[in-house]
Amino acid sequence: MPLFRARVLVSLRPSVLDPAGEATRAAAGRLGVSAIQRLRIGKAVEVELEADSLDGARAQLELLSDRLLANPVIENWALEQLEPATAEA
Amino acid sequence: MTLGIVVFPGSNCDRDVQWAAEGCLGISSRFLWHEDRDLSGLDAVVIPGGFSYGDYLRCGAIARFAPVLQEVVRFAEAGGPVLGICNGFQVLTELGLLPGALTRNEHLHFVCETSELTVQPGSCRWLKGYSNGELLRFPIAHGEGRYQIEANQLPVLEANGQVVLRYRHNPNGSVADVAGICNPAGNVLGLMPHPERACDPATGGIDGQRLLAALLG
Repeated sequence: MPLFRARVLVSLRPSVLDPAGEATRAAAGRLGVSAIQRLRIGKAVEVELEADSLDGARAQLELLSDRLLANPVIENWALEQLEPATAEA
Repeated sequence: MTLGIVVFPGSNCDRDVQWAAEGCLGISSRFLWHEDRDLSGLDAVVIPGGFSYGDYLRCGAIARFAPVLQEVVRFAEAGGPVLGICNGFQVLTELGLLPGALTRNEHLHFVCETSELTVQPGSCRWLKGYSNGELLRFPIAHGEGRYQIEANQLPVLEANGQVVLRYRHNPNGSVADVAGICNPAGNVLGLMPHPERACDPATGGIDGQRLLAALLG
């Protein structure tokens, strides 16, 4: 079966406070990078999976993202990238 | 009367719950390893605090797929009493047995202290030994106990009387000072504070005894 490569981005919903992001923003200020107006921390999940088609891969990734990678109560997710995996990569 | 106590790789309050039940209240108990599927003979199940599988992704997110928890869901849906403490509360929300989610404390502090709680038992079977508005003292110890729920769902919880425990002094930024939530049927309770650490007089208080003793009838 063809192999596909994808990246899912998981981020806290905008309404949810991100204390880790705020702490990092404060550290950035001490580094001298003080113009940051907003800093939010999420996760990037890289996945390689086999599927019969691009649509089949997308369906599996949507299930994975919605039911496991992200908790919809507090997080959003986005399928940032989905493409056939090339042999050399 | 036998209490099942779920044990994940990383659970660290399982023996505290066992001591509270057996040592303090004379309730017999049995550990349920995360791969077990046999809940026969159990009258209630506790998912204790600590960690589960390293809590990768989010607290409780991996545990949700544990074989034992598929059985716990069936047990709860059949009306069996289920209690989730701390990490166990996080697991219950990930499982969908309780609404909402728990995430990092405001200010990122790990809080480890005695918390004062007000209880509104409503129809919660685990809290029937407490009177409405009673003040309790339970230890808390968590880094990810900030209760969150969609803004339009909070009034539903409140209207149903599901917010059964609230902090008097909010330690983590939880919405509406939520410390514990019960399901509408009254058999599933999740709370961040540790009632099992308030059962032995040697640890400074016994306010938690009536919670576990509710199982005795």
